[in-house]
Amino acid sequence: MFPAPFEYVAPTTLEQAVRLLQQYGPDARLLAGGQSLIPMMRFRLANPKVLIDLNRIPGLDFLAEERGVLRIGAMVRHRAMERSPMIQQRYPLLADAARVIADPIVRNRGTVGGSVAHADPAGDWGAALLAAKAEVVITGPKGRRISQRTLPLESFFTGPFMSALEPGEVVTEIRVPAPGPREAGAYLKIERKVGDFAVVAVGVQIALDGDGVCRKAGIGLCAVGPTSLRAREAEEWLVGKRLDEATIARAGELAAAAAQPTSDTRGPAEYKRDMVRVLTVRALRKALERIPGG
Amino acid sequence: MPARKGKRTTGAPRRAAPRKAAEAIMPAARHRIRVTVNGRPYEAEVEARTLLVYFLRDALGLTGTHVGCDTTSCGACTVLLNGEAVKSCTMFAVQADGAEIMTVEGLARDSELHPLQKAFWEHHGLQCGFCTPGMLMTAYAFLQENPQPSEEEIRIAISGNLCRCTGYMNIVKAIQHAAQEMAAR
Repeated sequence: MFPAPFEYVAPTTLEQAVRLLQQYGPDARLLAGGQSLIPMMRFRLANPKVLIDLNRIPGLDFLAEERGVLRIGAMVRHRAMERSPMIQQRYPLLADAARVIADPIVRNRGTVGGSVAHADPAGDWGAALLAAKAEVVITGPKGRRISQRTLPLESFFTGPFMSALEPGEVVTEIRVPAPGPREAGAYLKIERKVGDFAVVAVGVQIALDGDGVCRKAGIGLCAVGPTSLRAREAEEWLVGKRLDEATIARAGELAAAAAQPTSDTRGPAEYKRDMVRVLTVRALRKALERIPGG
Repeated sequence: MPARKGKRTTGAPRRAAPRKAAEAIMPAARHRIRVTVNGRPYEAEVEARTLLVYFLRDALGLTGTHVGCDTTSCGACTVLLNGEAVKSCTMFAVQADGAEIMTVEGLARDSELHPLQKAFWEHHGLQCGFCTPGMLMTAYAFLQENPQPSEEEIRIAISGNLCRCTGYMNIVKAIQHAAQEMAAR
């Protein structure tokens, strides 16, 4: 099917994009990689009157670690995350997630910022970046200029496909705290086939102190709630403990309790809840294995 | 491949003209775009909502690129955009303005098949052939990046291209043989 007719514009600066968003208000949508929005437009689930393409704005695809923070430009493609040696070596949680998003061709176009802004509860970046305790940098209008604000990702997601973005605002960057010396993560996904959304997926990030005691834990859940979820109780349970099998098993139960799955074509709610438990346990084990001497 | 002459009807491709001064930033329902497809420049006016695959097929007559699922799943419409495989049903033609596109028609040189095409033929990497243009383009981009892939890497690389006939065995085999053939050149 063809999308309904619309007007297209490709600004070359963020200022222009913000101004256009202000000007056309709810009639306008931003186009990043388009791998979710364009199918939605084809099904006429989204019918923007004006499409503002961010692909011609230079400088939104940076990917670098600076002063203890990984900065991911909003227009970084999933594929760039997947290929980056820095991501592979220092952010295995994110590298795992990048490899299982949609399929390789979709990953050539889809972007991290677009995925986050889309706020799909079944989006892989949501869960992975919640586990990584990411922040979202948002650029919006301020008088005749633009300014930035930063939000924890957790407060960015407000509902299914809903975010804290105000009119005129654009997601421009994702920030992830750089890992400490004994820190690692993992992302595990159950999918019916390549390219499908997750039945369930879980991301974890853990850090140990010199004695092998967990000093930091992040657990993000995908496709088991109205938004990507953080399993806070499971995280708090892990901190201050040695991560033996019994401790990990309990974290799995707590993560399962935090899930709010619904039954659908991808499986019954009880199954999904139990898979949250299983994937949390496996992801914690995998993250531990990845910590040298973990 | 026979050279295609530009038609004069509205919206039809024309030979590229020199670029005009930067347009004002105003949303518009129609856009003039310039693209290079298989090394040949085209200029055309497109509706904003025209998907790249329909532009290639309907405006340029390059019907080798197939429309399969229409839902970003099957990969039959895969083309190369500035060297990277993309699903041309999930991109607007206007977004390709200024880009270099390669379609399955760009693989063969004159009457000589590309080693990938030859390998698909010789190893029977197809049955009905519908997925083949997309498979070829994905495999082409993949072998540029990874000229000596393992079987597993090939299977991952083509995981966004669905074939409902072959069970993939011969497709994988064809790509392996093409890789060897291309490396030997």
